[in-house]
Amino acid sequence: MNMENMTAVPIAGSRSEQSAGYISQAAGSPPHPEADETIIGLEVHCQLDTATKLFCACSTDYRSDGPNTHTCPVCLGLPGALPKINRKAVEFALRVAKALNCEVLLESVFSRKNYFYPDLDKAFQISQYDKPLAVGGYLVIEGDKGEKMVRITRVHMEEDPGRLVHKGGVDRARYSLVDYNRAGIPLIEIVTEPDMRSPKEARRFLNKLRVTLEYLSVFDSDKEGSLRVDANISLQPEGWFDREKKSYKGRNRVEVKNISSYKGVEKALTFEITRQRNVIRKGHPIEQATRHFVETQGITTASRSKEEEQDYRYFPEPDLCPLRVSSWVEQIDLPELPDARRARFIGQYGCSPNHARTLTGDLKLADFYEKVAGNADPALSATWVADTLIGELNYRDLGIGSVTPSHIIELVNLVKSKTLTDKNAIDVIRAILDGILQKQPAETPSQVVKRLDLGATDSGIAPAAIADVIREQPQAVADYESGKKEAFMFLIGQVMKKTRGKADPAELNAMLRDALDGRGQ
Amino acid sequence: MVFERDVEHIAGLADIGIVKEELDEFTIQFNRILDYFDILDTVEGDCVYEQDRYNVLREDVISPSLSQEDALKNAGETEDGFFKAPRVM
Repeated sequence: MNMENMTAVPIAGSRSEQSAGYISQAAGSPPHPEADETIIGLEVHCQLDTATKLFCACSTDYRSDGPNTHTCPVCLGLPGALPKINRKAVEFALRVAKALNCEVLLESVFSRKNYFYPDLDKAFQISQYDKPLAVGGYLVIEGDKGEKMVRITRVHMEEDPGRLVHKGGVDRARYSLVDYNRAGIPLIEIVTEPDMRSPKEARRFLNKLRVTLEYLSVFDSDKEGSLRVDANISLQPEGWFDREKKSYKGRNRVEVKNISSYKGVEKALTFEITRQRNVIRKGHPIEQATRHFVETQGITTASRSKEEEQDYRYFPEPDLCPLRVSSWVEQIDLPELPDARRARFIGQYGCSPNHARTLTGDLKLADFYEKVAGNADPALSATWVADTLIGELNYRDLGIGSVTPSHIIELVNLVKSKTLTDKNAIDVIRAILDGILQKQPAETPSQVVKRLDLGATDSGIAPAAIADVIREQPQAVADYESGKKEAFMFLIGQVMKKTRGKADPAELNAMLRDALDGRGQ
Repeated sequence: MVFERDVEHIAGLADIGIVKEELDEFTIQFNRILDYFDILDTVEGDCVYEQDRYNVLREDVISPSLSQEDALKNAGETEDGFFKAPRVM
């Protein structure tokens, strides 16, 4: 496949522009870092959601257990212990490779990556090096200028290192505490080409990748630390970056490590752009370096690690046989992926493109919506789930899993039949979610409506309420009559207070206006 | 050919302190090992690993892990169920 023709990324500018830029800068004219192109590539590590570790049969379900309770001679690196590859992990990795449109190599090989650090009990990590599982794919994301393709360089498998704990904070602790429960958890590393042009695009890539992996049932993003990202970033004068050769004619790139959240990626890269711009503005060169993201402060700090690739002394893992799994790929039946589901939501349920994007942007949410849409007006359901429910859930830090689809089905049906006004339907959702937060017994929407007396009434009570308000607020009525528009808003607010949101707002609006305008005649 | 500075570098990567006399000795030993590889390189014919061994896999079935006590048995120092290690920056 010709990737070049399928992408929206601008190709480097003409030679003359490049040399002109170079000369003018060398001659000392002020650089303009704001006009530079931001070049970002990502290395994403995701934990594969298998039951056991990559090379041993220890359980991966370690998060709620004490330290060093999920280990064995293999993942502790004890002498003589022999690793054996988890078939499920290979299958999961292949699913990812296929979904990312990669070519699976005929033969892939595990290698030892040697480095000395307490998180590695063996003093090497079993990874893949010159023969990764798969190469050369792509993922389509929503770019800054429309849909764009981010090329995937490679997908390989490796084991997670252990976890270090620093008591009293990473800055002050004098020693490291090590927990090897995480050591040996299967990871997939996905390396992109430097195809992203802003921190926002990087975040969108990560989100799209996360959703895709969840749709493939190989990854659980709710698990803490299940995703970690390293980002390469440089600022290049326009046209200096040669996309094909991946050469950085202009400035060096900086690798930012230790990013562990989706928001963190955008934060770390935005900080790094500002930092690099300041360095450039002062006329200093950007050093090729590794920096560390400090999530709590939203900054990157210089890291003293100067290990280079040759220092890892990679060599093939002698205790493992190669993988020859390229023929397995044909047998993999990929599930419906996010883009296909989005298109189906638009076609089948009449969702707006925005609602469809929101709803399919999370597997559990998409499944939830489909349950609701099967039993209530689908378009109305989309509005209530995507616009209201998600906002109210986020506000309370609740997940979609805490709500029962049947409650939302009932709610949408009550709104549809005009038994409940929009305003009071929001109150019902809030009451249900607050109940969940306070761990009260679950209430159905009808129960809430009854308890809080929120049911819509016909407009019968409205005329009396309007008459009362006009009598009680002579000043506002006078203001309205003298042409002050705000006075009407105030009066309608008073009427709604009296009808307690149970009357249809549009109807009330018309009735109040009629009443006010009728007075003068 | 390995020089003393290479040995020093490798010792640094492995966090091993070596004194001057050891440096000489290790440099000689490193070079001797590399010489053996030169000899191996002269062997004619196919010396690749066994081609019929591949896809040696196990099923994703959990076996019991070691107890925390057993896992920490060989540790020099422990604290609250963790291995205790010097800080590496």
